[in-house]
Amino acid sequence: MAGITIDRIEKRFGAVAALRELSLEVADGEFIALLGPSGCGKTTLLRIIAGLEQQTAGRIRIGGRDVSALPPRERGLAMVFQNYAVFPHMTVYENVAFGLRMKGASDADVKTQVERASGLLHIEPYLERYPAKLSGGQRQRVAVARALAVQPAVLLMDEPLSNLDALLRLEMRSELKSVLAASGATTVYVTHDQTEAMGLADRVAVMHEGVIEQIDRPQALYERPATRFVGGFVGSPPMNFIDMPVSGGAARLGAFSSPVAAGDGLVTAGIRAEDIAISDSGGLPFDVVVCEPLGATLLLTGRIEGQLARVAARPDARVRPGDRLSLSPALDRIVWIDPQSGRSLGASPGAAA
Amino acid sequence: MSRSRLLPYLLIGPATVFLLALFVAPLVQTIALAFTHDGAASLANFAKMVGDLNFGLSIRNTFLLVLTVIPLQLCLALAMAMMVQKLEKGRDLVLWILIIPLGASDLAAGLVWLSILQDRGYFNTVLNMLGLVDGPVNWLSYETPVSLFVGVVLAELWRATAIVLVILIAGLQLIPKEYAEAAEIFGADAWTRFRRITLPLLKPSIQSALILRTVLAFEVFAVVYALSGRNFPVLVGEAYAWQHGNQNNGVAAAYAILVMAISLAATVVYIKALATRPETQP
Ligand SMILES: Nc1ncnc2c1ncn2[C@@H]1O[C@H](COP(=O)(O)OP(=O)(O)OP(=O)(O)O)[C@@H](O)[C@H]1O
Ligand SMILES: [Mg+2]
Repeated sequence: MAGITIDRIEKRFGAVAALRELSLEVADGEFIALLGPSGCGKTTLLRIIAGLEQQTAGRIRIGGRDVSALPPRERGLAMVFQNYAVFPHMTVYENVAFGLRMKGASDADVKTQVERASGLLHIEPYLERYPAKLSGGQRQRVAVARALAVQPAVLLMDEPLSNLDALLRLEMRSELKSVLAASGATTVYVTHDQTEAMGLADRVAVMHEGVIEQIDRPQALYERPATRFVGGFVGSPPMNFIDMPVSGGAARLGAFSSPVAAGDGLVTAGIRAEDIAISDSGGLPFDVVVCEPLGATLLLTGRIEGQLARVAARPDARVRPGDRLSLSPALDRIVWIDPQSGRSLGASPGAAA
Repeated sequence: MSRSRLLPYLLIGPATVFLLALFVAPLVQTIALAFTHDGAASLANFAKMVGDLNFGLSIRNTFLLVLTVIPLQLCLALAMAMMVQKLEKGRDLVLWILIIPLGASDLAAGLVWLSILQDRGYFNTVLNMLGLVDGPVNWLSYETPVSLFVGVVLAELWRATAIVLVILIAGLQLIPKEYAEAAEIFGADAWTRFRRITLPLLKPSIQSALILRTVLAFEVFAVVYALSGRNFPVLVGEAYAWQHGNQNNGVAAAYAILVMAISLAATVVYIKALATRPETQP
């Protein structure tokens, strides 16, 4: 009912192209995260959806209605800003009530909705306070409550948790997920934090330099990145990229060999750190440089024939810097990437859209 | 140790001496002057001031002028500030042009408007050319109090709105644009955003601008003097007339004290009426 269609949106700031022919389809009630590095155009896209910024070209439809030329207030959406933008001169109650008042809701309706929204976000004790007397986390809740109070069909959020400390962020994250799922709003959530995107969203759109590189469910994104950029951006530690020579339909490096659907030349193997088994001989030769015990795993950093690689070993593995190990990656989990285009060999060029 | 403790006092010393010599001393002298007559403490100067024919008139005129000019100026400056804020290109240029009158002195501003509004001024020339009047019309005489008043108001608006504008623009720039954007998202139209978001957040700047402008407006003199001579008596004009025309600096000092008292009272009213609770600011 309130799906969002983003149809070949372009945005230029003078000579800078912030968004390049970007298209995206968000289903009704879906939670989409826009994930990408700083400056890739996430905020710009969100502001164009909201109507706070005018696109250079392209159209936006919300719930089937073309809203491209409508002012923000006629688009039927709510937004949570990165710096909250909670009105300092109004009490928390009036902040949460703001959208309802603008719609001309009766005092009784306002009261019911404010109580519901503030109950969801546990801010009832502060309703009569002014925002300046609240902590960052509490203000954050007020901003979300203000958005939910209008029961929006579409909810836009721009890095809403980025100003919170790590612990509070984790707590708010899980809370947001349940609150938003219950609200049923179609949500577009901007973040540069991949764990946040993966943890919250139904689907994650990875953006890079004004285009969407790939959009998929978090797990699929993690396991089958469509491009080298996605593999390197999603997951911690980032995916390993090892160049290997190909001849006769097989990639070989050291004692390792795997069939690959590529012509003779070079291919890049994308391998996750945890998809690698350590053996004594017969695989990729790995020279350990650094060992980091992370608790759940022992993270080894080193080189495979001069190429940087990271391996997640079992925490009790006995490895020291200077050791030479032999690595056996799980063949079915390797993502083969064309070194020229940076695209994975499995994915067709159109798969990003 | 003792040197470093003395240092702050040494540093503020010159400024203090300057203030004492050029501000506090004349103030004390003025007060003394106003409250003495023939060498004895007395209210005779005030009695004389109140008894004068022009006293009631100058009070009425000054208040009329302030009560007309200040609200007009505030509205104009608010409108101009909002428009300048909206400009994407050439903002600085527009701002520069708008604040040019600030560079003109009161008297110069008065003379500019005199050259426009006098019998053979530009205004009459234009009216003549359009065939609306034949021959020069006197707008600034004793017999045309309304057009004289309008002329003074125009000159004051032209001369002093820019200072309000500058203060309001400085204030507007301190308000993050997300507040207005959030209001827009949640359904507020332009007027509602202005009334419910911008205006309350701008209150401290409005207060400063009003205090500054009102105090200066009660001291209005040169513009009025240039346009009307003594046809439109105002308080400071009367002080000037008593000082230089009647050579009675006692009554002139009484006028000065009165203007100061009125300005102080206005400031107190603004501070009380436009008080902002600190927790309601960003
Ligand atoms: N008002 C503007 N004028 C000129 N360039 C802009 C403007 N807003 C954004 N840009 C440019 O557009 C690009 C995308 O910016 P945007 O703010 O959308 O990035 P982002 O993905 O939100 O980054 P971040 O994670 O740092 O917030 C950047 O190169 C930025 O410099
Ligand atoms: Mg951003």
